[in-house]
Amino acid sequence: MGTLILQDGTVIKGHSFGAIGGYCGEVVFNTSMTGYQEILTDLSYAKQIVVMTYPEIGNYGINDFDFGADSPALVGLIVKNNCLKENHYKSTESLSNYLRSNNIIALDSIDTRSLVEKIREYGTMNGFITSNDVDDEFIKEKLTELKEFSIKKDVIYDVSTKNRYIYNPQGKINMAFLDYGAKKSILNSLARRNCKLTVYPSSTTAREILDNGFDALFLSNGPGDPSSFKFQIEQLKEMLGKIPIFGICLGYQLLALASGASTYKLKYGHRGGNHPVINLENNKVIITSQNHGYAVDLESIPKIMRPTYKNLNDDTLEGFEISSLGIYAVQFHPEAKPGPDDAAVIFDEWVNIAQKDINRFNEVKNER
Amino acid sequence: MKDKSLKKVLVIGSGPIVIGQAAEFDYAGVQACRALKEENIEVVLVNSNPATIMTDEQIASRVYIEPLTLESLTYIIEKERPQGLIASLGGQTALNLACELYDNKVLEKYNVRLLGTKISSIKEAEDRELFKELMEKIGEPVPKSAIVSSYEEAYKFYEEIGFPIIIRPAFTLGGAGGGIARNEKEYEEIVYTGLSQSPINQVLVEKSIAGFKEIEYEVIRDSNDTCIIICNMENIDPIGIHTGDSFVVAPSQTLTNNEYQMLRTSAIKIIRALKIEGGCNVQFALDTMSNQYYVIEVNPRVSRSSALASKATGYPIAKITTKIAIGYNLHEIKNPITNKTAAFEPALDYIVTKIPKWPFDKFSQGDRILGTKMKATGEIMAIGRTFVSSFKKAVTSLEERYTGLLYRGFEELNNDELLTQLFIQDDRRIFRLAQALYNNNDINKLCAITKIDKWFISKIKEIVDMEKELAHKELTKSLYIKAKEFGFLDEEITKLTQTTIETLRKFNVEASFRVVDTCAAEFSASTPYFYSTYNEADEAAKYKQLAQESYKKPKENIVVLGSGPIRIGQGIEFDYCSVHAAMELTKNGYEAVMINSNPETLSTDFDIATRLYFEPMNIEYVMNVIKKENPKGVLVQFGGQTAINLAEKLDQEGIKILGTSLKSINAVEDRKVFEKLLKELGIPQPKGLAVNTATQALNAVKELGYPVLVRPSYVIGGRGMQVVYNDEELLTYITEALKFSNEHPVLIDQYIEGQEVELDAISDGRDILIPGICEHIERAGVHSGDSMSIYPSQNISRKNEKIMTKYAAKIAQKLNIKGLMNIQFIIKDDKVYVIEVNPRASRTVPIMSKVTGIPMVDIALRAILGKSIKRAGFGVGLYKKSNLVSVKMPIFSWQKLNRIDPALAPEMKSTGEVLGIDTTYKKALYKAFLAGGHKFSKSKQRVLVSLNDHCKKPALPMLKKLFKQGFFIMATWGTHKFLEKNGIPSKMIEKFMIDKLQKRMKNGRLSFIINTPTTGKNSQNAGFQIRTIAQMYGIPSFTSIDTASAFLVAYKVFDKNTQLTYDTITNYRKKKFLDMFK
Repeated sequence: MGTLILQDGTVIKGHSFGAIGGYCGEVVFNTSMTGYQEILTDLSYAKQIVVMTYPEIGNYGINDFDFGADSPALVGLIVKNNCLKENHYKSTESLSNYLRSNNIIALDSIDTRSLVEKIREYGTMNGFITSNDVDDEFIKEKLTELKEFSIKKDVIYDVSTKNRYIYNPQGKINMAFLDYGAKKSILNSLARRNCKLTVYPSSTTAREILDNGFDALFLSNGPGDPSSFKFQIEQLKEMLGKIPIFGICLGYQLLALASGASTYKLKYGHRGGNHPVINLENNKVIITSQNHGYAVDLESIPKIMRPTYKNLNDDTLEGFEISSLGIYAVQFHPEAKPGPDDAAVIFDEWVNIAQKDINRFNEVKNER
Repeated sequence: MKDKSLKKVLVIGSGPIVIGQAAEFDYAGVQACRALKEENIEVVLVNSNPATIMTDEQIASRVYIEPLTLESLTYIIEKERPQGLIASLGGQTALNLACELYDNKVLEKYNVRLLGTKISSIKEAEDRELFKELMEKIGEPVPKSAIVSSYEEAYKFYEEIGFPIIIRPAFTLGGAGGGIARNEKEYEEIVYTGLSQSPINQVLVEKSIAGFKEIEYEVIRDSNDTCIIICNMENIDPIGIHTGDSFVVAPSQTLTNNEYQMLRTSAIKIIRALKIEGGCNVQFALDTMSNQYYVIEVNPRVSRSSALASKATGYPIAKITTKIAIGYNLHEIKNPITNKTAAFEPALDYIVTKIPKWPFDKFSQGDRILGTKMKATGEIMAIGRTFVSSFKKAVTSLEERYTGLLYRGFEELNNDELLTQLFIQDDRRIFRLAQALYNNNDINKLCAITKIDKWFISKIKEIVDMEKELAHKELTKSLYIKAKEFGFLDEEITKLTQTTIETLRKFNVEASFRVVDTCAAEFSASTPYFYSTYNEADEAAKYKQLAQESYKKPKENIVVLGSGPIRIGQGIEFDYCSVHAAMELTKNGYEAVMINSNPETLSTDFDIATRLYFEPMNIEYVMNVIKKENPKGVLVQFGGQTAINLAEKLDQEGIKILGTSLKSINAVEDRKVFEKLLKELGIPQPKGLAVNTATQALNAVKELGYPVLVRPSYVIGGRGMQVVYNDEELLTYITEALKFSNEHPVLIDQYIEGQEVELDAISDGRDILIPGICEHIERAGVHSGDSMSIYPSQNISRKNEKIMTKYAAKIAQKLNIKGLMNIQFIIKDDKVYVIEVNPRASRTVPIMSKVTGIPMVDIALRAILGKSIKRAGFGVGLYKKSNLVSVKMPIFSWQKLNRIDPALAPEMKSTGEVLGIDTTYKKALYKAFLAGGHKFSKSKQRVLVSLNDHCKKPALPMLKKLFKQGFFIMATWGTHKFLEKNGIPSKMIEKFMIDKLQKRMKNGRLSFIINTPTTGKNSQNAGFQIRTIAQMYGIPSFTSIDTASAFLVAYKVFDKNTQLTYDTITNYRKKKFLDMFK
């Protein structure tokens, strides 16, 4: 019997099917109906406990091809029904095996819908997930701990690569890539479009990137509160206008902050594969994959930032550009995995822009 | 944005209910009409199906119940001058008609725009060759195939590819005329049938990819090129079985995100290439061992799957399709459930299972093998929080004798036999699979035999294992809860655990209800659409309370029981009644609570009742809802036999049945009580006796005299009923019936071969209102659902009408009928006999409501609520006759069901009906035949006549007419002799010359067949063979001389070059007799 203790005092019992132990984390929910493997290994979920709204999880096991990162960063997984007899020709192991060997606590037989309603009404909450049964004293102790809990700014170092490395060395476009906890699928999407990626840890300074003569810089997704990453924002400020910069998710938020906008925490975030986003330029609607708890405040954006995408559900900002500075970013995930591929075309657009901007920025460089 | 130039729009319905095209298009059509009205657009509706809700005058502005032909639509378009036409919501029928109107330049001439998907796109999706070309162009894989117009071409393809080969005729609905061929003989047969059934004489032959997973995507696209997936669905049965005949689950269960998105991307790419605007559907085959997939088919319109997807997700596909058709883009429309945008993809937090409902319980001798040709008449859907609960609930929803997966007779087979039988792909395979799992067969082995994904088999094993656990372990509370979570019924659990219901009740476990909200609880929604689950929080109580708080003063609620899946004998008409009852309840200040299990219908649209519970029509599930709702009472009289069957059990639970009491319902169903009752009232009835042995039967007949009507006492609805004429036939029947069950007696009734008459009445216990009396064209002995019937009656004396009215009033008063009642009479030698009383809504209620203008269900409901009929404003007694004449014609689905004898009998076989309306009987009759798809031709052709002995003499006048009207008669030996004797020339043909006949039929050199059957369901019978071959080639065969006579009358109207006019039902009712003197 495992337990989930929520910050508001709710205690939910379930059956433990993952690792042994207990962790604090931020409890969030995801509405995707497929892609649990990609979600588990999405580093943006660092320090979070993910509730899957879709009730049957684990059906096709775990395979070698669908990892978002080498290992997961979330602390817990909560589902209605974990599948005991997975079946898929690619599957190498069961979900519960994977969770156990990666030290993830997991609970099933949970009334996930009620839990989601609670999060929806209360907002994202902290929680303690454990594979054990607990007593009242323990709960009391944990509730104090949960009050204190927050995702610290170190998280961006925890999930980032520790060393610089090159991905797809044959690529023609020479791109720097800041890894804030990147999804492999972003790297692959760029590599497939002929980019050579020099992947840097999140602790990298602006100088280091600017000095290496890259054609463009790409900022990845990542966990945590964007406004807490002061160091990274400062580095970006230094680079604005000096190199074309593209950003996804956290990368987008950090770019916005560096450009003078502010961010705020959404009540319960956007996590799923069905978020409609409208392209403000041509009025086309695409369905996007999303995973973020913070948003860029539309009211706060400086004139220079032009909104490019908006969420049709809650009108939040989903993308912006500062074309004079060569800055393009979206909140959602054009690399998908999990989720729909509708937005993949954004990589094409960006790579095109990067190619064109190479010349433009070289001129700027020469003038200097 | 909305196209402001649209003021009037024509909507084409789908015509009669046939296999492959059922209530889903009424649901879609009504949504369309409502969506148009919301935009202040005048709706002109044409449909030949009078049982639909869409043909109600409050749904559309101008309702034409007219044949769906090029001629009628051209006339209506010329008259109404609509600016636009919506054809994507009326199934294949409407789509084909739209193409015809376009090809004949009718749309161009009258400047009518086809709204939504363009003709070019429709043709590109529907024409196999064009579609294949397009797929190749955009790089989407299609299985190797060829389009052929002759068997020779088809043969060439076979030489190249080898068997198995799938044959799909172009432009037919439900895959009529298609199939899988595994050898040359099958190949030849199916190719020929397919060619003859395709309107463009074209079939697609295709390399079979049987065994692949079959996955469907429901897509909506707008003119802004926004494409969204409403849901995807996975067939539990692999490719090879028509999706309409497959067990289907939504969303897909065995696909990884990569596979899901790969097919999603492909679906969107295809729909964009086709430029479809509105709802549509793409079917894929996916390999189980690689990423290889094939595009199977695109439906460029709203389909049966769309209805299922709408109900599975809560997303109103037809409504949004309509909005798109009139110019809106998805992001300009709101999702009514969440008040967010409609441009999103629903997220489910439950699993939906669909199981088809097949007619094999009625047609036990029919071919149960499932293939590419759809055979199911309807379907049920169940929602559960887990796959297991959803699947188990779905099986319970089938309303069969058994509610579980096991104990269906397969336990008697030894394991080898069972495994051999598991290769058979028929309607019972899943139950054989369950038994094989029970016998502990290796899952991999079962997987190899059935090609069903191992995931599904493992899940079904979980259910089987739970049964074992229940049978062998001690029943604890936690085991009980687990069993409830699995979807086991208390009744099943008590049986398995040998406990009592009281023990279970002590556990104090209650069902809870969850909401279908399109968004997995991400946003707060206010959809009053629920399903039950266990061991979770309940949301229904909160919704109920919120609803109460929104009223000025508290409202009581009343439960309406729906009619479950569409089957032969229980069709869309009961959905019509349930929907009207719910709407009228809300109008009268009550909350209407709907319970039903059928995803195709309007009653399960959450817009109709105050709250909708999508649940099996099983007493336990119904009681769960009742416990939650605490209603004032339950309405059982509108939901057909399904609802009536629940009445007794509800009564035992102490639940109030509103309207006619259970006692009265029972009085009518209990033969002895009913006999006594009629006797007391002095109402004549045919004499009848119950027998238990052959000797008793022979004695009974001595008293009653031949012919007699025989039927088993344990089934209702005319199943197994037959007319017998002599001892031999009687003994054959009795022996067989007693073999089946010797506990229940066989009933033998005097068979009065007279004029059959039917009426529907509304009663408040004091007064009755009879909107009208219908007279059947076929003499008694044909099930009323299969008879053609005329309103107002043409050949009944005023005196007899008065007698029937008096009898009806007497019966209604005696039984204290509150609500609807249907009575069937026979008039023979000017004497009126009552043969049947149904104390509930009948099949004819929608028709009678429309032809008389009396809203029968509404008045009945008010009577149930205690308002007098007098106050309804239509008077009491027999209502005055309308100025129109209508002829109802039954429609059969023979072409979908093999080896079913199309002979009319006391047992119902039709799946739907059409109505011909005009100012005279003859024209109405002609229209009914036209609406039924009968072809009339100036060049008179051959007619084959073969009559049994007792039909010969009565047929003489008809045969004379046949000759006089210029038909060339071919007759079998006995009939030929008879014709010769009576001076009617005919060519003799031997019954054994069936091959020759078949050729004639194939070449279309036979107009129709008149063939009255001899008794016995013997398939060796030559008549039976002739009839079944005729049905294969779509040649009409009349098995009652009365239907044939009527056809000749209609033919005469045609021969006279009568110019038909078409009008709205409202106008027809008002029309004065003027027309008749023209």
